[in-house]
Amino acid sequence: MSAEGSASAPAGRHAIGISFGNSNSSIAITSGDDKAEVIANEDGDRQIPSILSYVDGEEYNGQQAKQQLIRNSGNTVAYFRDFLGQEFKSIDPTHCHASAHPQEHEGTIAFTIQDKEGDEKSTVTVSEVATRHFRRLKQSASDFSGKEVTSAVITIPTNFSEKQKDALIKAAADAGIEVLQLIHEPIAALLAYDARPESKVSDKNVVVVDLGGTRSDVAVIASRGGMYTILATAHDYEFAGVHLDKVLQDHFSKEFIKWNSIDPRENARSLAKLKLEAEATKRALSIGTNANFSVESLAEGIDFSSTINRLRYETIARKVFDGFNRLVEGVVKKAGLDVLDIDEVILSGGTSHTPKIASNFQAIFPDSTTVLAPSTTATAVNPSELQARGAALQASLIQEFESEDIEQSTHPAVTTVKHLSKAIGVLSISGDGAKGVFSPIITAETAVPARRTVHVAAPKEGGDVLIKIVEGGSHIKVTKPEPKAKENGTKDDSDDSDEDSDDEPEEQREKVWKTGSVLAEAAVKGTKKGSKIEVMVNVAQDLAVTITAREVGAKGGVKGNLTAP
Amino acid sequence: MASHAQVTLPLPILPEGWTGEKDFKAIGNLSAATQRSIEPVGPHFLAHARRARHKRTFSEDDRIQAQENAKKVEEDDSGEISEPEDPMMLSRDAKDWKSQDHYAVLGLSKYRYRATEDQIKRAHRKKVLRHHPDKKAAAGSTEDDSFFKCIQKATEVLLDPVKRRQFDSVDENADVEPPTKKQAKDGDFYKLWSRVFKAEGRFSKTQPVPKFGDKDSTQDVVDTFYNFFYNFDSWRSFEYQDEDVPDDNENRDQKRHMERKNNNARKKKKSEDTARLRKLVDDAMAGDERIKRFRQEANASKNKKRLDKEAAEKKAKEDAEAAKASAAKAAKEAEEKAKVDKEQGKKAKEAAKAAIKKNRRVMKGSVKDANYFVTGAPPASIIDSVLNDVELIQGKIDADETAALAAKLNGLKVADEIKGVWSGEVKRLVEAGKIKDGDAKGLA
Repeated sequence: MSAEGSASAPAGRHAIGISFGNSNSSIAITSGDDKAEVIANEDGDRQIPSILSYVDGEEYNGQQAKQQLIRNSGNTVAYFRDFLGQEFKSIDPTHCHASAHPQEHEGTIAFTIQDKEGDEKSTVTVSEVATRHFRRLKQSASDFSGKEVTSAVITIPTNFSEKQKDALIKAAADAGIEVLQLIHEPIAALLAYDARPESKVSDKNVVVVDLGGTRSDVAVIASRGGMYTILATAHDYEFAGVHLDKVLQDHFSKEFIKWNSIDPRENARSLAKLKLEAEATKRALSIGTNANFSVESLAEGIDFSSTINRLRYETIARKVFDGFNRLVEGVVKKAGLDVLDIDEVILSGGTSHTPKIASNFQAIFPDSTTVLAPSTTATAVNPSELQARGAALQASLIQEFESEDIEQSTHPAVTTVKHLSKAIGVLSISGDGAKGVFSPIITAETAVPARRTVHVAAPKEGGDVLIKIVEGGSHIKVTKPEPKAKENGTKDDSDDSDEDSDDEPEEQREKVWKTGSVLAEAAVKGTKKGSKIEVMVNVAQDLAVTITAREVGAKGGVKGNLTAP
Repeated sequence: MASHAQVTLPLPILPEGWTGEKDFKAIGNLSAATQRSIEPVGPHFLAHARRARHKRTFSEDDRIQAQENAKKVEEDDSGEISEPEDPMMLSRDAKDWKSQDHYAVLGLSKYRYRATEDQIKRAHRKKVLRHHPDKKAAAGSTEDDSFFKCIQKATEVLLDPVKRRQFDSVDENADVEPPTKKQAKDGDFYKLWSRVFKAEGRFSKTQPVPKFGDKDSTQDVVDTFYNFFYNFDSWRSFEYQDEDVPDDNENRDQKRHMERKNNNARKKKKSEDTARLRKLVDDAMAGDERIKRFRQEANASKNKKRLDKEAAEKKAKEDAEAAKASAAKAAKEAEEKAKVDKEQGKKAKEAAKAAIKKNRRVMKGSVKDANYFVTGAPPASIIDSVLNDVELIQGKIDADETAALAAKLNGLKVADEIKGVWSGEVKRLVEAGKIKDGDAKGLA
């Protein structure tokens, strides 16, 4: 930590959230009423391209630097986030073809650019580049809020190594930003949704699909009472935003070749223009059904202008879209879950604006699953802003704490806890009587200690009731046509879904609970007509269980303990 | 969590013959759990970390959080003055302000002497907003501003520290009636009386006032309490109940008379109040079980002290005697031992002396046996000189050497051998520097 960074006491802290991506970065602050807001830089951009460019010793950042990719590509540094803290042999420099090339330099990665006045070239390490970028972000945030920004919560991909984290913290510290915490990107996105006032704390399985410019990351997260556990992750560098750009580039290049017999992809400058315009067209297609593609002097002084409609785009980009689908399906399987287990899909990252991706996901997942993307849910948050918002919310939560406290609270001793391997539920009576139906109280993968309460209806006529607490597992039941739509009685429970998926009309898949071993039995006597029984299950850290059952509104009740296994 | 999940399917009816201890039957244990990392993010994680680090359970944490929240609410709410207004009070006339309960007028009857200045100000503002004559006029009622005047008067009194103290002095609504004997017997004696004394304590010039305590209080606490109230220093005064002194200059005598009368009345009331308080404390003390307990304890401890003292004295006496006896015994033994030692020393000395004498005789005998180292009859001068030399040597050597020398000479009859022993002895003594070379020539 730099002197500046560590010197800031909690009282004098002004913390922001930073989402630092390969392609774009964004900064968010929390306003007084705990609402996170992504702020625009001096150019008015909320998505600030993570690009630095130098012209005659002057530094350009963001959109201005991005424009320099055409004329000044050698002095423009782009797509450098993933190089931080890496060795040269383990990086993928593909995306830097059209900008300054990374090279090995004293065990780290550097760019040779002309960043000062005069003809002299200097070697700038990736850490220094990141520091300069952070400095610009810090400046923008400080200008916006009128107060010097001292600290930040920064989002990172889930597969960042310790070395990369350290490098990131150092780069930020050099820019005068004290990193309060590094949080995982999918968690930040989830937090941004969960922090909305209308959202309720519940137990749900969430898939966060983060589709960025150069990489796609998917995480399956068990969200249990506001606590998040990542169950599985997947990373893909083959299907991402630039690949959609590539599809459009190829499409328009072919059209250009047809008219002019010149391939604009063979000339670096033409290619850069093509790329920029393709990205703009892609964005336009996320909003409208038609988009223009027009470049002045695309190649050899020939202007080019064309249009494309969304349907065409979706057809030619199908390969990439399918790639996203496979990625998501794969990671759900990797988590040991079924699509029926997923309650929410959150789309995050710039590429998520594409409507087709969201509708594809809706087809994969059952109807009961909410796909949170702008095109499918009206109340969805802008996917590009999710991570920065989540980071800002976390920053506002922890900025009051001493850094020591933060460190202690995020220590593995606190964060590594036992998670239930099976759901705990109560047996209620089903339509056919004799056999009970399992209704989950605490779902699997819930971190202990945990406490949940349910209200279960007592029999209509009242009297003495038996409460049987059991463990349960779920499995997917596939029924052939003409199935008896079997209600399993837990429709109201957010964690359950018993709807069939649309894409397979010939067979119905439903999630069925299987009753496992019995944990305890309790009796509540003399219940009134139409009353409800409150069952509270409290699992302690050592897996000891306390069960309390009583009639809603009544005093006392039955209480019992199960010892730790 | 705020909302509970609902399960609509009914629970099964308790089968017949089902029994369980306290209606609960533990049957199994949970399956083994998986270790996973939770993400250290979000408000609920903060709660988890708080619980984990302070090792609290859910309910403990809930309670602590609730307490913290409740504290905040109370602070926020302390300014909330919302008491129902008595219609009788609303129709009061400001003219008889002396008899009005200023706290009740402002809606502060819950706080009374404890109300802060800030509370009074806010209460006043709130009442003004409601009862301002303009508001009444707007509402269409007559221009009746009498209660508004009451409010203004109440505020005037309560915001002036001197006037407020005068009013507080006679504010009977803040008094707490002492419990009757029956009440004290049936109810919680200490709770009832402590309320009384808490109210009385407001008149004390010295604050804070010691607490009445409860049945387990120590003697210190109880003593402090009664001492304080028997020496109660009260600021209570009764000016507020003065009769109006005519404010005109017409009748000075009348005025003076009134003032005197008032002064006397105040003094009388003050002394009455002091007596009242004293009686109150007497009553409390009379029924106070703690005092009785302390007395019993004191008696018990006094008796115990006496017994202890006697026992201690007896023990000391015994100890002293034993010490004396043992000292005498020791002295006697020492004396006897010394006597024995002395006798033994004497005997040894005599024996040594006898031995030396004997040895010396042996020595002299030896020279005589050697015929004084001459052949034939020795002349007297030679005998004399040889014996002198023998005596010289005898004087130079100590008892042990004498014994050794005598042993060597003893039994020797041949003159040369005797001579050899003697010359050896002389030589040794010369070397040791005890005699000079040339001395004892007759023996060399």
